[in-house]
Amino acid sequence: MASLDTPVSRRLQSVKNIIIVLSGKGGVGKSSVSTQLALNLYQSSPSARVGILDVDLTGPSIPRMLGLDGHGVHQSSDGWVPVYADGAQARLACMSVGFLLKNKGDAVVWRGPKKNGMIRQFLSDVRWGELDYLVIDTPPGTSDEHLSLLEHMAPVHSRLSSVIVTTPQAVALIDAMKCLSFTRAVNLPVLGLIENMSGYVCPCCGEISNVFSTGGGEAMAQREGLNFLGSLPVDTDLVSLLDASDAMEDPEDEGKSAAEKATESFELLRRYSATSSARLFEKIVGRVTTSLAEVAVG
Amino acid sequence: MTMVQVADPLSVPENAPEHCPGTESELAGKSEACAGCENQAICASNLPKLPDPSLPLIRDRMANVKRKILVLSGKGGVGKSTFTAQLGWAFAADEQTQTGIMDVDICGPSIPTILGIASEQVHSSSSGWSPVYVQDNLGVMSVGFMLPSARDAVMWRGPKKNGLISQFLKDVDWGDLDYLVIDTPPGTSDEHLSVVQFLKESGIDGAVLITTPQEVALQDVRREIDFCRKVGIRVLGLVENMSGFVCPSCRTESQIFKPSTGGGKKLAADMGVELLGCVPLDPRIGKSADYGVSFLDEYPESPASIAYLNIIDRIKRILGD
Repeated sequence: MASLDTPVSRRLQSVKNIIIVLSGKGGVGKSSVSTQLALNLYQSSPSARVGILDVDLTGPSIPRMLGLDGHGVHQSSDGWVPVYADGAQARLACMSVGFLLKNKGDAVVWRGPKKNGMIRQFLSDVRWGELDYLVIDTPPGTSDEHLSLLEHMAPVHSRLSSVIVTTPQAVALIDAMKCLSFTRAVNLPVLGLIENMSGYVCPCCGEISNVFSTGGGEAMAQREGLNFLGSLPVDTDLVSLLDASDAMEDPEDEGKSAAEKATESFELLRRYSATSSARLFEKIVGRVTTSLAEVAVG
Repeated sequence: MTMVQVADPLSVPENAPEHCPGTESELAGKSEACAGCENQAICASNLPKLPDPSLPLIRDRMANVKRKILVLSGKGGVGKSTFTAQLGWAFAADEQTQTGIMDVDICGPSIPTILGIASEQVHSSSSGWSPVYVQDNLGVMSVGFMLPSARDAVMWRGPKKNGLISQFLKDVDWGDLDYLVIDTPPGTSDEHLSVVQFLKESGIDGAVLITTPQEVALQDVRREIDFCRKVGIRVLGLVENMSGFVCPSCRTESQIFKPSTGGGKKLAADMGVELLGCVPLDPRIGKSADYGVSFLDEYPESPASIAYLNIIDRIKRILGD
């Protein structure tokens, strides 16, 4: 791609890799995968700098999942300051329309052109700084948000790649296939496919139930010549952690002062690391980074 | 930082620029954002606005439809399409009840698969496009019937999606219908605004909101209720899907999606809407959807079927049918 100079390309100059998380169908776990991807990339090195951009404008979930509900965005001379999930370390930057709403129950009722404008601003006006990875969480479908992302990031196309998330159900796989057709149409490299919600372990007897069937994602990856990044069973600990993270209060912390708590590193990450999903996701991220290296070479 | 002034969502044309003040606003045609908009001259002229030419056609077509019900959710994957299909099947269980299902999820149409008619095509006749019939009294329209292959992505921006929705309402030969159930995509954007705008004159009887018990889904439902109130649609009630899972082996119920903030029940109370019922998570529901068979017919005795039927009865009662 010719070196087009746009506000977006200037801003994203300091971002090494941009990974777009796509699914086609809604509710398959894009946001939870995006969050886990960001957390794992963050952990991959003590100096890794990661950004997470939520372009699901009418249903932003990332602030809730990172325990950042209620935070606001500040304006600086150099653009919007993202919200940092890891506090003072400032290595995990997050931006979402959720931070711009006065009241979290407010509906964002926007048609395409307005969504397009917001996405352009997110890409050109957020002061991400140096980032090793920018993970972009998208809404379901293949419409305005997705087309706008690709359009505005055309000057940095060589640094774009994507991960497709599906569940094993036929209805989700059909949409994942549409999503794959989309990536082919816009020439977006696919790092691989993740099968989410593949099985649920009964907490009482340990019996594995295939709540949403199983294996469909791996079969699709094989058929379409995609990397299969791994399957993630339903993990109720993870669901609860990402759903209620702002309510986190560790009883052991009671005696500590607020300052002590603040200097403590990143409670969400500590809790996440203890879930069974974190262990599985570590392998997925290993495959993602290998895949990234291949894309860069190929 | 301040958010941009919000215009009445229904008065923003689909080809409007990003910061359109809305055609009803005093600034219409005069604000900074209007520069370059193809409607600027019309807005600035103060002439009475000309209505969309498709509106009278939609009104005529919809004059034969008694009840129009929207199924909304906010979040994706909470079971909108599955619920829409069950509602359609349940209405059509009475041979005398003519039922239609319209799928306005343009980028991810699931209705054809769930109803087991994924390989069907739309035919056109002199009276318009014929819906695909699941049975004599259950007609369906979806973009899924128009794609050369299910693999194809529909990569459309808003205006094109809106055009198709308008055609679904004015060009489909629905015939006389007792119920038209409209399945929507997640969110509150073009598809939702368009359906509401196109049906403003004909009237929408109400919306059924679907959620799952977690806060991430409830957050989106709050936004959806806010949307309904902004555009003046009656909320018939809330359905909580996937509430509780009964292990097929040990019969113990566990919560896959924990209601960390009180679930649908608390949300309904807080927002002043009725909780129509809770449907437990049953793997056979998803399987039925994948195979395109009616869960209600296949497993009439299951707790989920009973919950569905109670909810559908309640909806009928609220509508006065």
